[in-house]
Amino acid sequence: MLRGVFLLLFCQLVGEVLVRSLSLPAPGPVIGIALLAAGLALWARRSPAADVDATDVGKAANAMLASLSLLFVPAGVGVVQYFDLLTAYGVALAVALVVSTVLTLLATVGVFLLVKRRMAE
Amino acid sequence: MNWRLWVYLQTTPLFWLTATLGAFLIADELSKRLRRHPLANPVLIAVALVAALLKLSDTPYKTYFDGAQFVHFLLGPATVALGAPFYKNFALVRRNALPMAAALVVGAVVAIVSSVLIAAWLGAPREALVSMAPKSVTAGVAMAVSEKLGGLPPLTAVLVILTGVIGAVVVTPMMNLLRIRDYAARGFAAGLASHGIGTARAFTVNPIAGAFAGIAMGLNAVVTPVLVPLILPLLIR
Repeated sequence: MLRGVFLLLFCQLVGEVLVRSLSLPAPGPVIGIALLAAGLALWARRSPAADVDATDVGKAANAMLASLSLLFVPAGVGVVQYFDLLTAYGVALAVALVVSTVLTLLATVGVFLLVKRRMAE
Repeated sequence: MNWRLWVYLQTTPLFWLTATLGAFLIADELSKRLRRHPLANPVLIAVALVAALLKLSDTPYKTYFDGAQFVHFLLGPATVALGAPFYKNFALVRRNALPMAAALVVGAVVAIVSSVLIAAWLGAPREALVSMAPKSVTAGVAMAVSEKLGGLPPLTAVLVILTGVIGAVVVTPMMNLLRIRDYAARGFAAGLASHGIGTARAFTVNPIAGAFAGIAMGLNAVVTPVLVPLILPLLIR
């Protein structure tokens, strides 16, 4: 487990270093995702029958993702601090948020399924 | 409570770290008892509980964050952890590469254009519109975009978190209503529209949905910062 946590932190660290030294447009942890997936792919070529979930990094990743919601609580509480900023702009922002989020969900899932169906034909 | 004890507790990270975990456990238990009903979102409940506690104890957010930052910090490695489900579902990801690419571009554009146009139409000022544009990507990235283009990063953080909660609450009933059973498509939409909070919701619904939500969140964190500076000048002056 400890080794798994180390690998997650290490991928993030390498991601942050790459982003800063090459001024990449993506955030460090997003580069970290690609590094971890690539690392796992290399590892699987050496031991093709092995199960990712049984590895240290797999266990650490699953444990992290199982409590992903918790990690948004501190930032979420920060929202309360700026609530008057939001109310200052009235309902406009609230309406825009709700309608835009629904439209985004609809457009994304719609295009995804449409292209998938076209490919199947 | 003993005054000096309270003063001591305020100065250590221990109290608010414990309070954050405690509030989340209560929220998660409540959400479980309500059979993961979308409205009983654990992030929403836990935030409300902690916020009420801060208000009652008259504690500034900074004091709270000194303790809670340890939880907040884990967002980085937890984002990296999305690499594991990405790898596990790689065959499925590759088969869906084309639908994903199309949905990514269209979804990202719709998220930016619709939010800015609706808010502008309802009379929101320019700085609020700029702050709103990157609302569908993860907070750190969205705040950087907002700052670069003349928005208010704290307002962007608020809008990002609210977008996450709205998406997490709305996505399941909406997809069920539309009878969409493709969990790759459902998850991808959740992660694209409402970043990590949508992804967390997707993982509680279905592991494949969670994996695709994580991918969408990661891709959108790259695409939206490129799109916003291109689209925004066309929408507002």
